[in-house]
Amino acid sequence: MLEALVNFFRKQGKPLVAFIFRLGELSIFITRSLYSCFTPPFYLKILGKQMMDIGFYSLPVVGLTTIFAGMVIALQSYSGFARFGAEGAVASVVLISVTRELAPVLSALMVAGRIGAAMAAEIGTMRVTEQIDALTTLSTNPFKYLVAPRLIAGVIVLPILVMIGDVIGIFGGYVVGVYKLGFNPANYVNATLQDLQPIDITTGLVKAAVFGFIISLMGCYNGYKSKGGAQGVGSATTNAVVSASILILIFNYIITEMFFSK
Amino acid sequence: MSENNENNDVKIKITGLHKAFGKKVVLDGIDLEIKKGESLVVIGGSGTGKSVLIKCIQGILQPDSGSILVDGQEVVGESEEEKEAMHSKMGMLFQGGALFDSLSVWENVAFGLMMNKKVDKKTAKKVAVKVLRQVGLAPDVADLSPSELSGGMQKRVGLARAIATKPEIIFFDEPTTGLDPIMSDVINDLIIESVKDLGATGLTITHDMASARKIADKIAMLYKGKIIWQGTVKEMDQTDNPYVRQFINGSSQGPIKVEV
Repeated sequence: MLEALVNFFRKQGKPLVAFIFRLGELSIFITRSLYSCFTPPFYLKILGKQMMDIGFYSLPVVGLTTIFAGMVIALQSYSGFARFGAEGAVASVVLISVTRELAPVLSALMVAGRIGAAMAAEIGTMRVTEQIDALTTLSTNPFKYLVAPRLIAGVIVLPILVMIGDVIGIFGGYVVGVYKLGFNPANYVNATLQDLQPIDITTGLVKAAVFGFIISLMGCYNGYKSKGGAQGVGSATTNAVVSASILILIFNYIITEMFFSK
Repeated sequence: MSENNENNDVKIKITGLHKAFGKKVVLDGIDLEIKKGESLVVIGGSGTGKSVLIKCIQGILQPDSGSILVDGQEVVGESEEEKEAMHSKMGMLFQGGALFDSLSVWENVAFGLMMNKKVDKKTAKKVAVKVLRQVGLAPDVADLSPSELSGGMQKRVGLARAIATKPEIIFFDEPTTGLDPIMSDVINDLIIESVKDLGATGLTITHDMASARKIADKIAMLYKGKIIWQGTVKEMDQTDNPYVRQFINGSSQGPIKVEV
């Protein structure tokens, strides 16, 4: 009887124990990563390469995402607000939704798919082919060589991407507003500029920095801990993208609450 | 002076080393001594913990208990910085080569030089080409990517990378696995040559007996997490230890049971 009970709890508790184990492992990983971000040696060349990969080469994706997001918001809010006769609010709705939400969240999700997966695959392959051990034997700390540049690049580059995304997204709203919905160009621009508030931009950028950290962290962590050959690398890649995407959405809410709930 | 030397002669001293993964005990009390300039080959079947042993000595894996002294300095429980310093006197040839595929061949070979010894790019490339020539590779290989090389060539590049920083201790993880017999022999010769040139201490793990006979000054056999026999190649051929006999004869009959 007692044995059955113990076995029952053992089975039920297994996922919980595994979860707590992962949490502990992740905490140690984050601590080591942060420590290595602030201690020399710094590999600036690798940092530059990562910034190009995460930032520059993500521009087309981010541009396309934000321009269509801005366009669709203009269209939706126009037809939606027509019910209350508030079509004039289109410019400010586009401004607020793009800078606060759409540009940071959608860009981050796209970059998570593009970069998080690539990071996990690259580091995961290095893990299973013993390249990470090889780094260690060549007196190079893998955290400083692999993880730190990616984390720093993510935190620096994502806000820049989002800033560009803001501009492109608002431009998308402008294009639809002026050419499709028949707003006067000067009025639309005026309305946008009048409503422009620093807090909208800054919250978006703070979000972007946090999202950048999450994307790089999940890519590196899942890659670093992958094991078991090609299949292991495959699941590391999936986990990196899925966990980064979910964390982005969760932290999006948390940060919004921190800034705007009173 | 000579008595003092006796102690200094021991490069690596391992006592009571234990390591388990969960419930699976891999190393169960290893005692091993490697003298300076000596080439020790550890033989043993697949999955007997040979790789784990090497990784413990390098500090990549943390043993559960026991002591590993390298030049009289304790490796177990070292800080990251101490480990990095210790690695600068070690080199390793990995089983699969473990070449960095994002870098060219010469950058691989010169990696340790550029990262730690702060050698500038031009000099590093010169050294890399020279070391590549030492292992029998033409200078035009230097600019290729590792994925463009054959298995034997990758092994050579791996060896070049391991010896480029002129380490005092070199580890060889199954250096001949996956190579044809002739290429194996070429690699064996290169290993002997490079270790002798550097006056380095060598620790090789392998299950290739031809390779073991050729490289070894001394052979130790690992079985069920313990060193069950050690001696010279000559002693190995004369021993009546049934485990060693079975292993070198490659017979399925004997005290070693293959767990299926």
